[in-house]
Amino acid sequence: MTVQEKLIETIVSRYDGEVGMLIPMMQDLQAESGYLPVDQLRRLAARLDTPVSRLYAVATFYASFRLAPKGQHEVTLCVGTVCYLKGAGRISERIQEEFQVEAGGTTPDGLFTFQAVNCVGACALAPVMIVDGQYHDKVTPDSAMEVLRGLPLEQRQEQQETKT
Amino acid sequence: MADDVTLTIDDREVSVPPGTTIFNAARRLGIDIPHLCYDPALGLAPTSSCRLCLVEVEGSGNPVPSCSHPVAPGMIVQTNTPHLRETRRLIIELLLSDHPHDCLTCEKAGACDLQKYAYACGVKESRFASEQVAVAPVQDGPAIVYDRSKCILCGRCVQVCHEVQASRAIDFLGRGFDTCISLPPGQTRDESACAECGNCIDVCPTGALTYAGAEGGGRAWEFEQVRTICPYCGCGCTLVLNIHDGRIVHITGEPGLGVSKGLLCVKGRFGTDFVGHEQRLTEPLIRTGGELVPATWDEALGLVAERLTRIRDTHGPDSIAGLSSAKTTNEENYLMQKFMRAVVGTNNVDHCARLCHASTVVGLARAFGSGAMTNSMDEFELADAIFVIGSNTTECHPIIGAAIKRAVLSGKTTLIVADPRAIELTEFAAVHMQQKGGTDVALANAMMHVILAEGLQDNSFLAERTEGFEDLARAVEPYTPEMAAKITGVPAALIAESACIYAKAEAASIIFSMGITQHTTGTDNVLSLANLAMLTGNIGRPGTGVNPLRGQNNVQGACDLGALPNVYPGYQKVDDEASRQKFQKAWGAKLSPNVGLTVVEMIDAAADGRLKALYVVGENPMLSDPDLNHVEEALKNLDLLVVQDIFLSETAQLADVVLPAASFAEKDGTFTNTERRVQRVRKALDAPGQALPDWQILCDLASRMGYEMHYDHPSAIQDEIASVTPSYGGITYDRLQEGGLQWPCPDREHPGTPYLHKGKFARGLGKFHAVEFIPPREPPDDEYPFVLSTGRVLQHFHTGTMSRRSDVLDTLVSVGTIEIHPDDAARLGIADSETVRVASRRGQIELPARVTERVAPGTLFLAFHYREAPANRLTIAALDPIAKIPELKVCAVRIEPRPAAKS
Repeated sequence: MTVQEKLIETIVSRYDGEVGMLIPMMQDLQAESGYLPVDQLRRLAARLDTPVSRLYAVATFYASFRLAPKGQHEVTLCVGTVCYLKGAGRISERIQEEFQVEAGGTTPDGLFTFQAVNCVGACALAPVMIVDGQYHDKVTPDSAMEVLRGLPLEQRQEQQETKT
Repeated sequence: MADDVTLTIDDREVSVPPGTTIFNAARRLGIDIPHLCYDPALGLAPTSSCRLCLVEVEGSGNPVPSCSHPVAPGMIVQTNTPHLRETRRLIIELLLSDHPHDCLTCEKAGACDLQKYAYACGVKESRFASEQVAVAPVQDGPAIVYDRSKCILCGRCVQVCHEVQASRAIDFLGRGFDTCISLPPGQTRDESACAECGNCIDVCPTGALTYAGAEGGGRAWEFEQVRTICPYCGCGCTLVLNIHDGRIVHITGEPGLGVSKGLLCVKGRFGTDFVGHEQRLTEPLIRTGGELVPATWDEALGLVAERLTRIRDTHGPDSIAGLSSAKTTNEENYLMQKFMRAVVGTNNVDHCARLCHASTVVGLARAFGSGAMTNSMDEFELADAIFVIGSNTTECHPIIGAAIKRAVLSGKTTLIVADPRAIELTEFAAVHMQQKGGTDVALANAMMHVILAEGLQDNSFLAERTEGFEDLARAVEPYTPEMAAKITGVPAALIAESACIYAKAEAASIIFSMGITQHTTGTDNVLSLANLAMLTGNIGRPGTGVNPLRGQNNVQGACDLGALPNVYPGYQKVDDEASRQKFQKAWGAKLSPNVGLTVVEMIDAAADGRLKALYVVGENPMLSDPDLNHVEEALKNLDLLVVQDIFLSETAQLADVVLPAASFAEKDGTFTNTERRVQRVRKALDAPGQALPDWQILCDLASRMGYEMHYDHPSAIQDEIASVTPSYGGITYDRLQEGGLQWPCPDREHPGTPYLHKGKFARGLGKFHAVEFIPPREPPDDEYPFVLSTGRVLQHFHTGTMSRRSDVLDTLVSVGTIEIHPDDAARLGIADSETVRVASRRGQIELPARVTERVAPGTLFLAFHYREAPANRLTIAALDPIAKIPELKVCAVRIEPRPAAKS
């Protein structure tokens, strides 16, 4: 049994193989890898005798499931009313353009995952960008770039995945 | 049974069985409650998600969804109050809020349920009109187009995919406004579980799912619809041909219609465009100076009549042979064998059943007295266990394959699969026995050994219904699972487990096909399966029996109507004096008492000069028969080769005279499907050019040879068939308008027979045959170390004459590949998709390899559809001694990377 198969077996037995516990199983799977790798979803589907298509239906319905690996850093930009009025839209555009990343996506080099959210409750500091939990206030497109360009990119092993 | 429930719907009383939904109760009164997410014809559980079918029930506050709400005694229901009308209006407006208003050019206009209900509710525009979904339609693959903007997310397509077709390929994806119907993200249709059956298109209530090939071809009110039977496999599904401007624009199924209840596969739905292909034969051709040149019917038939007569008079009638066709109608097969027997005067008539189920016909006739499928297709879902051996059902009989998958998914049925390859069904099986090719007798004997050792046999059935049990018991005694494991390669424990599952099931059904029959031991294999069924009393009841799946649309009919060298219509033997007298009288001609030549024997006789003329109707031995180099030499050695076909097939290219025939869509007649059901084929189009239906050509030719043969319509031929064929005795066209009849149907009052051998076998007692394992004729050796097995793929059919002239099918699979196990491929340095050379003692071909774990190490698999890489250049013409079927499933070959191209 490969490492991956063992992991699926452990997770499935944790819930007595009950298909109704699919969501917690997928959460556990995501907790291991940071996202839901395709091969692992297929293994889980086969193990539960449930179609892969149904697992994807669940995975795409809930915002908390991720089908792609997370970036090394987390960048959250507030585009709530106040931040937006103070130029968050332009900041968002600049980030998307400069780093080739869509809202909800991860940069091609895996540097960071970018999320645009509605109001983080810090309107006095608008526009607000949160990087790895640290708040940056009154950002401009240029200052945002400065922060993001300064993020360190660690060389790390590719997500260990055997081929199918 | 509980008493019916009486309730009142729209002030009218109705009584229905308890558990009936309000929706279905209303239908009894002719009230069609509006609905979008529910398709009553599919027979699936309602999801009640669209809320359009809400009705008011007196005394219960809010309206309830009628599609899922059961009736109760005394219930008072209103289906069309002002409040309900307003609610429905609101739902339609919400659905239309982001729906494009392009009914003017929508393919579905006129057949769209959303349009229908918007009209019924008088919704001209939506109060909630917002931005429309701006997602372009997605066409993934050659056939199916999904337009997200028109999708109302009713989920019918998901339901049909998961619960009826059981492919489970598509589902809802995403959430809220972004929700769509999709394959798993990142998967192409090709990589996914999608079988491209297109049943999602049929159930879609709007224009969200459509067939790419029908775009611009017309809309509902412009189509003439003709219901007929599919020309591909033996399932016999009812196709609805939608015709506009003299062309089949697209094929639809109708939920609930026909043997498949409206379900179709990729071939039936998308594969019939060959009918309008530019390569159709449109005029007779005569070989002149080496070339086939156009001629008139008078010239062509005059020539054939004259030369056949001369050959008969010079060399005797047995120097002429005919190949009838499992693709033509019952009437045409009847006339073909009548032509050969009464006009030419020989029993040399056979057809490609020789290459597929000859051993079934012989074997089951010996054991039971009748060589056909014992049960009906819709009985598989009644079985507690299904044993599939040597049948790749989901690819070769997709509708039955889906039924097996449904049976397993329902939780009722346990599936056992015995197949040398890992086929789709193995994913659904409780046990997969991956036996070595040609070891089926050892496997079945070992299963019977286990059953006897465990005392699981049905003793009362053995005593009352069978004979010869002691012989069998003695024969299977040495076949312990351990001994069989050595022969078959299947672990002893799996054999024992399978035997117990099969024997302990209340109703167990055996399904088999060419993996059993196409061996030198084909008859033995069939007898073994018959033994297994009788030993456990698994026959003669609904859902339990022995079920050979017939390959061609009308191969059952071609056999039934006597296109075989040893029997007249209805399996009446030619060497039986009484039968011969009967047919001499009926046909007014002297008939030969000698059994004629079979397919492979005809080829041999042609090769050594005994056979001078061969008349081929709709068959293609130049691709379908074993050892093609030999076939080609033989056909070239004939004095006269006549081919009657719809295309210039590989065989027709060698012919002296080619006669253009009408296709299935251009003539009336009947086909008999694999469950013995005789069904009506209906003319929908005129044949191209001068092409004529086969029955008309045969009548004309017979008359020219001095035997008056004339019928006004195929129904008159069927009447003649009924008069001489006891099992078809009660079958007339007026009885076939709806649904067809299953033979035996001996008289006009007989309702047909869904399953055979109830209470008594056709031959009286069922007969056990002691069968010993004999290895295949050509085992692998050092020079040819691989075992080659041949078969089919889902997307193509037989020699590809039809399917490879279908745009969709040939786009889906445009090249043949040979399957090889990754270990073998690695050892030989063969990469996926790389061209390899495959050689046997008889010939060699080159084609790309497909590296896959579907095949076991040491074995190769190749479909025989491809003229550019004909599998039958490799196969061996070794025959089963009784049924004369060739061993197409096992021969020894060598495989190697293609040597560098010559400069």
